[in-house]
Formats: sequence, C-alpha cells, structure tokens
Amino acid sequence: MKRFGFLSWALLFGYAFLYVPIALLIVFSFNESRLVTVWSGFSTKWYAELLHNDALLDAAFLSFQVAAVSATLSVLLGTCAGLALTRFGRFRGRTLFGGMITAPLVMPEVITGLSLLLLFVAMEQWLGWPDGRGVTTITIAHTTFTMSYVAVVIQSRLAGMDGSLEEAAMDLGARPAKVFFVITLPLIAPALVAGWLLAFTLSLDDVVVASFVSGPGSTTLPMVIFSSVKFGISPQINALATLMVLVVATGIFVASIVMARQERQRKRDEQMAIQNG
Amino acid sequence: MAGQPIRKPTRLEPWQDAGQTPYVRIEKVTKTFGDFVAVDEVSLSIYRNEFFALLGGSGSGKTTLLRMLAGFEQPTEGKIYIDGVDMAGIPPYERPVNMMFQSYALFPHMTVEQNVAFGLKQDGVAKAEIRDRVAEMLAMVQLSAFGKRRPHQLSGGQRQRVALARSLVKRPKLLLLDEPLGALDKKLRERTQFELVNIQEKLGVTFIVVTHDQEEAMTMSSRIAVMNHGVIAQVGTPTEIYEYPHNRFVAEFIGSINMFDGRVVSTEGDQVLVASEEAGCELLIAHATPAPAGSPVSVAIRPEKIALSKEPLAGGDGRNQTTGIVREIAYLGDVSIYLVQLPTGKTVRVTAPNVTRRTEMPITWEDEVTLTWRPFAGVVLTQ
Amino acid sequence: MRAVLSVLVSGLSRIGLWGRGVVVAIPYLWLLLFFMVPFLIVFGISFSESIIAQPPYSSLVEWLTDEDAGTSKLQILLNISNYFRLGGDDLYILAYLNSLRIAAVTTLMCLAIGYPMAYAIAKADPARRGPLMMLVILPFWTSFLIRIYAWIGILKGNGVISNLLEWVGITSGPVEILYSDWAVYIGMTYCYLPFMVLPLYSTLEKMDPSLLEAAADLGSRPFKSFLSITLPLSLPGIIAGSLLVFIPAVGEFVTPELLGGPDTLMIGRVLWNEFFANRDWPVASAVAIALLLVLVIPIMIFQHVQGKQAEAGR
Repeated sequence: MKRFGFLSWALLFGYAFLYVPIALLIVFSFNESRLVTVWSGFSTKWYAELLHNDALLDAAFLSFQVAAVSATLSVLLGTCAGLALTRFGRFRGRTLFGGMITAPLVMPEVITGLSLLLLFVAMEQWLGWPDGRGVTTITIAHTTFTMSYVAVVIQSRLAGMDGSLEEAAMDLGARPAKVFFVITLPLIAPALVAGWLLAFTLSLDDVVVASFVSGPGSTTLPMVIFSSVKFGISPQINALATLMVLVVATGIFVASIVMARQERQRKRDEQMAIQNG
Repeated sequence: MAGQPIRKPTRLEPWQDAGQTPYVRIEKVTKTFGDFVAVDEVSLSIYRNEFFALLGGSGSGKTTLLRMLAGFEQPTEGKIYIDGVDMAGIPPYERPVNMMFQSYALFPHMTVEQNVAFGLKQDGVAKAEIRDRVAEMLAMVQLSAFGKRRPHQLSGGQRQRVALARSLVKRPKLLLLDEPLGALDKKLRERTQFELVNIQEKLGVTFIVVTHDQEEAMTMSSRIAVMNHGVIAQVGTPTEIYEYPHNRFVAEFIGSINMFDGRVVSTEGDQVLVASEEAGCELLIAHATPAPAGSPVSVAIRPEKIALSKEPLAGGDGRNQTTGIVREIAYLGDVSIYLVQLPTGKTVRVTAPNVTRRTEMPITWEDEVTLTWRPFAGVVLTQ
Repeated sequence: MRAVLSVLVSGLSRIGLWGRGVVVAIPYLWLLLFFMVPFLIVFGISFSESIIAQPPYSSLVEWLTDEDAGTSKLQILLNISNYFRLGGDDLYILAYLNSLRIAAVTTLMCLAIGYPMAYAIAKADPARRGPLMMLVILPFWTSFLIRIYAWIGILKGNGVISNLLEWVGITSGPVEILYSDWAVYIGMTYCYLPFMVLPLYSTLEKMDPSLLEAAADLGSRPFKSFLSITLPLSLPGIIAGSLLVFIPAVGEFVTPELLGGPDTLMIGRVLWNEFFANRDWPVASAVAIALLLVLVIPIMIFQHVQGKQAEAGR
C-alpha cells in the first residue's frame, strides 16, 4: 500500500507523539542556559555537573544493585510460576495462584507500596525482621511486582512452544526435572533474558513503591529524580535522560542486529535443506 | 490404490493362534475428559511383530488411545498391559515403549546425532556404544552424512527419518507412531510406507500406527482396528475389513460402497435372499450371516464387484441384476467410475477398468445399462 | 563446574513428580506472604486509630487483664470512623469520581491514538512489523519519570508549546497548559500508550486477511468492512488494552502529582498525602481498601480475559 493514507499519518503522528518529547529532552541537555525552553548555545556542562553529583550517583548505584538482584529473583520465581500455570494442568489452588500472578499487573502502585510497607512494619514488630527499611525491603517489593511480568513473558513463550518436545524427551526416558533443564530451559532462554531485562527496567523505573518501602540512607535514583523534578526543571536531569536513552537505544539496536543476523542464517539453512532434501 | 508390499508367503497370524499371548492387552479402557468420552470401553489384543493400525477420523479416539499406551494419559477406567505388566501409574519414561510424534518433535537445539543419542544417554549407556548405535541407526535410515546438522537444516522427509531413528535406537519392543506419513507428499509417502514395513520386519518390532488415511492402513498393516467415536467398529486384516465389513460404518468408511436397504425374504444355510425396493430386484447373497425373515437389512456391494453391460442379461432369475441409466462417468485413466441411476431414483456407483481406450468406450452417458453381480459379492449388514 | 551442575541436575531429577509441588510452592508461598498477607494487614489497619507512636496506628487486639476482678478478656476494637470519613467528606468521593473520569478519558485517548497505530503496523509488510513495533516499545524502556519530566518543559508557560503558539501568532502571551487536567491527560496517555498498542496489535495481527477480502468481494466498502468485521473481531484486544490502561490509571500518582494542578484530585495523591503528609496510616489504608473495592470488578474482568487468552493459546 504505497498510498500515504490516513493510517500512515496516524502512525506518523503516534511516533511523533512518542518521540518528540524525548528528542526535546536530548536537545536541551546540550543547552547553554538553564532554561529548558530557549536555546542559547551548545554546552556539555550539564553532563560534567551530572558526573559530579554524588547524591545522584550514589542513588544510581543503589538502584542498579536493587534492580539486578530483584530481576534475578524475579526471573527465578516468575519462571516457576509460568511453568506451573502452563504445564501443570489443574492443581489445587490454581485459581488463587493465577489471580495472585495477574493482579500485580494492573494493581495501582500506591496500593502495592502501602500494603508492602505495612507488612514490613508488622513483620518488624512481630519477628524483628526486616530490621528497618532499606535495600532489602525495596528488593523484596520490586521482586514481588515484577515477578508477574516475567511470568507472563514465560507463559507466552511456553504456550508457543511445541509441547510434544517435552513429551518426546519423557518418552525417551528422561525424568521431568531432566526434561526441564535439558530441553525446556534452552528453548525458553530468550524469554528468560527478555524477562530479566523487563524486570530490571521496571525496578529501575519505580518511584512510588520505593518511596513507601525505603528507609533512611536508601534513596533510589527515581526517588532523587522525582524530588528534583518536583522543584522544577534541572538540565542535569536532561543529561541523565539523554544518557539513559542512549544506552537503551544502543542495546535495542545491537539486539535487533543480532536477531536479524540469526534470522538470515536460519533462512539460509532452510533453503539449503530444501535443495538437498 | 497402492499395491501391497511383498510379504513373506507364509504369514503368521498370531491372532488366530489360541496359544499365543498378546504383547499388548487393552482391557475395557475408557477415557473421559470431563463430560466428553474420548475412548469408550475399548478392548484390544495386539501380538508381537504385528504392524497394527488404529484407523479413524478425527474425534474417533485413536490418538487418545495411543497416548494412553505411551503413558501421557491415564485411563479413567480399565487396564493396559504391556508384556504382561500392568501400566497403571507408570510414567512414560519408565515404559518399554517409544513413540514417533506427528510433528516429529526433534529437539531444535541439538544436532541429528545428539537427537538420536538422547534416549541412550538417559539410560546411561557408555559413550562408545552410543556412538556405534547412533551410527548404525543413521545408516539404516540413510542419513549418515547428516549427523552434525540441526533439524531446521533438514527437509521434511529427512526430519521424519531422524524421528524414526531416534525412536528405534533404544530397540523398543513396541513402537507407537502418530500419523507418521501425514506431513509427507504423495511420492515420499509411498516410498516411506515400504521402508517402514521393511524396517519393522527387519528389526522385529511391534508397530502400532495411528492414521486417518485408509490407504496407508490397508497398505502397511497386518491388522486394522477401525475406530468411531471412541469405540472399535471392527478389528481385522485389511482383507477382512474391506471384503467383510461388520457394520455400516466400516463399510462406508473404507473405500466406496453401495448400500441397498431391504428385507430378508428367506434364509437357506448361509444363503440369504433379500428383497430390495431400492435396487428394484432381489439380492441373493452367499456366505452371509443368517438373519430372520422379515428383518430389515442393508446389502453392501463394492463398486468394483458390479459388472456393467449394455446388453441385457439373457436368462437368469432376475436376482442380483438391475437396470439403470448412466448419468456420470469419471475417467481416472486406469479405471472409470460410472454413476448409474436406477428407475427407483437410487444412484449406484460402479468401477470398471478401462480395458479399451477412452475413444473406443462402448458405454457412454445416458446409455441404458444392466448391472449384475455375483452372489458372494455382497455383504448383509444388520447394523 | 559441569560436574557440580550434573550432580545437581541428577539429584533434582530424582525428585520426579514431587518436584512439581516444589516448583509451585516457591512462588506460591512468596506471593501469599508478600501479596496476600499485606492486603489483609491493610484491611486490618483500616479499622484502627491513628495515634502518636511508632508505628502510628493503634492495635486492634488487646488482652485486658483485671487482676482485682480476676478476669482476662480479649478486646477487639474495630474503628469504622475511617470509612465514615471517606463517605462523609466530599474530598474523598470527589477524588474517586475524578480518578475514574481521568482514567476513562486517558483510556479513550489511548484508544484513539493507539488503535490506528496498531492497525497500521498489523497491516504493514511483515518484514517491517518487527522494527515498527520495536519503535513503539522503545520509549517504554526509558524511564517514564524522565518522560513525564519532558512534558513539564513542553507544557509550561514559556515552555515549548507556549513559545510555539506565541511565535506563530495564535496567542499573545505565555500559555500555561501545565498544572491542569489536560496536562494530566496528555502525560498519562503518553505513558500508557504502549500498554494499549501491544494487546491491540497482537489481536489485529492474528486476524485472517482473507476475511476482509471476502467482504470486499461481496460488495462491502472498506470502511464498512472495518466497522462490521475488523472492529468486532478486535474486541478482545480492545478490552485487554483498555483494562491494562484503565485500572492502574485510576490509582496513578506520579503523573497527576507532577503535571496536575492543586485541584487535580486523584485518589492516588489523596492516599499519598494521607500517608506521608498527614501520617494517618489508618485513613490511608481505608482509602486503599475503598479503591480496591472500586477496582475489584475491572480486575476480575481482566483476570477472566487473561485466563481465556491463556486457554486459547494452549
């Protein structure tokens, strides 16, 4: 459909809507003046300031820590959950389990944050652990709500996989656990990676839940950004934004090139097979 | 239809031998999924070295039955014995059975060699022995050069052979095959049919095949069980199924058939006389199971057993013959199919080989013809 | 390393079918502890009173022992005044209604922008679909906080849009779109758009193109075909996307806090303020419970739809 019709304009508008704000962010990160709305010359001074902003850098380090740990835990738990929901048929308590997995996907963050904080406070009262709020509580909170997203990703990959592969392995004598590690796991590996990245991003981006369950000395990057943004524009944030966009864009670019290359190789293999067969 | 592969002249028919114990015994097995009954009180005995087919349409329960043999489903009721051992509660990885899947289920992240070796690895077989046995198997399916390739680098026919090799490398006594030829094109299918039968006879493995393709079943099997909505309609050799169907379903499911409804006039020994308004004549059937006079029956006659002639038959007692007008002719090259309409409105299907060339055909559209058949050509069906 | 792994695997393999129980139990227990129990606690605290103490709520349950009378009683005190406050004070009711309204408008705006996008991508060349979809998802991977921040610069007085309008001559002074309901609509649509596009695209892509060809062959004009065939068939995607946007949008906090004005009342902000500003945990809990009750039906619909999708995919 070569006509540039309504649909193409709609698509273009949509992309513009999504990307113009990001583009403006990047442009004004190089702005000489503090104003984020009038261009007054090219400068990279905000980047320099950013690199000396200790509070921000500390918060960033903390956030990365929390994100990495919670993403890993989340993948472990989410894979178990996704496996159970797709492959285990009907088991007792499945409805409740399914409900608990899908609910965090839509639960407003304020509710999640409040409820987890109240839990931690109560636990501290009754059990003595966790001792104050900090990295541990934030990590637990993030794991809990990102686990659902990972479960959804794993579920969809498992559902799309040929179930008879696992049956064939069992038929040839492999016990269920062996089947999982030798057959299922290698085949869902891309979904595990995608799930980890998703959980990592969600954790890195969360401000509401972290605000509820963090304690003194455990300020995350989003929390710092949030408080500085509330007070107005700060070009350092623009610089930070540009860096983040750069990292993400590079990552996605590299990933898509790798995948495209794999796809081309696969097509070539299939062609060869058809010719030789 | 494809010709039968050359079999050894003296064929064992263990099901006839009272002294033989069946290798697989399925006793009154029922499988329900909620309200739906997939398999309904099926009993079957399958003997060693048989090439046994479960034939039926979709929803007939044949695949469910196969999966119960493999261990992927448990019977709701009834028992399954393999080599005398009750299979209740025994998981698939502990059964002396291997299965070849319809989708082949080749592990995409492993090479051909690794796929074939998989089953041996699970049993803890020594590396050197694995190597030898895998090589032997690949040679048997003529894929020795493809050992290091991955499944997506193979054609459909090659993948099927890898699946076969993988399922046979453990030398199972029983091999289950789920629609093994379904994904292959016609030429490849014919070739593979012969190969499967030869491999089965060479290795002495009992094969149980699930298929919806009657030609496949008739060509390859020693016996066929025709299934319909979870029950077995008939079990027998291809000949028995084709020539002596026990009920309407089997008669109509296999090949083409002409059904004449009528009533029994009289019975004399194994000769039954049926009066049929539809046919416009009386039918005398020999070698028939006797039925009481007056009972409603159907007489089933295969199209190739009816003779077509433009000249009316001289003499005769009017039995086993009727007249009609040729309405349609389908020219198939080797045979022609004639659709003849009787005065009663019924259409009879007749197949006749094209002994003469097309341009010299004696019979053409709108010709009035006489249909005749021999007494032992028909089968009397009460169901 | 290999040896350790293989020992681990073969050890685990011996668990056989019992392994299933373990696999289910781990996430199950985690969720029960960190998802279910917190809700019960919130429910409980919504019945307590705010006091000056650490933690700042009273206990529901108390043992009262009267040594003189020789009695020992278990006292359970349920304070329902928190809920009465919700019903009595206009502020809360307004906030709930406002939140529903804003969430609804956001959902509609997401549909209006997202449906044509999803449709266009689904109809595109198969080779192009992947990259096109990737471009929709990419912004999602960057921080949403930063993207909302971007809109501050665009929407404020003397911001990008304001300057543009002045420059073109449509307005004669700075225009402040920021700190209004409209800013919130724009910001929330911006953030939730990918959540609408994804399920819509997934449904539209699975649609059989020959259905439209058949309709055209039978004389239906393109727009009519769209209305009578494509739209109804894409309904599951529309529902899924709408729920994915609507439900969390009702309780949204960050966007209205940053882009909205003091009178952009949303229940998320109310909860936050009750908790952080007023330090009134019991009321905040009551607000949360009430919010959950409001959302319980949409959440159940969502889970029903998810379940059906999972069944279909099996």
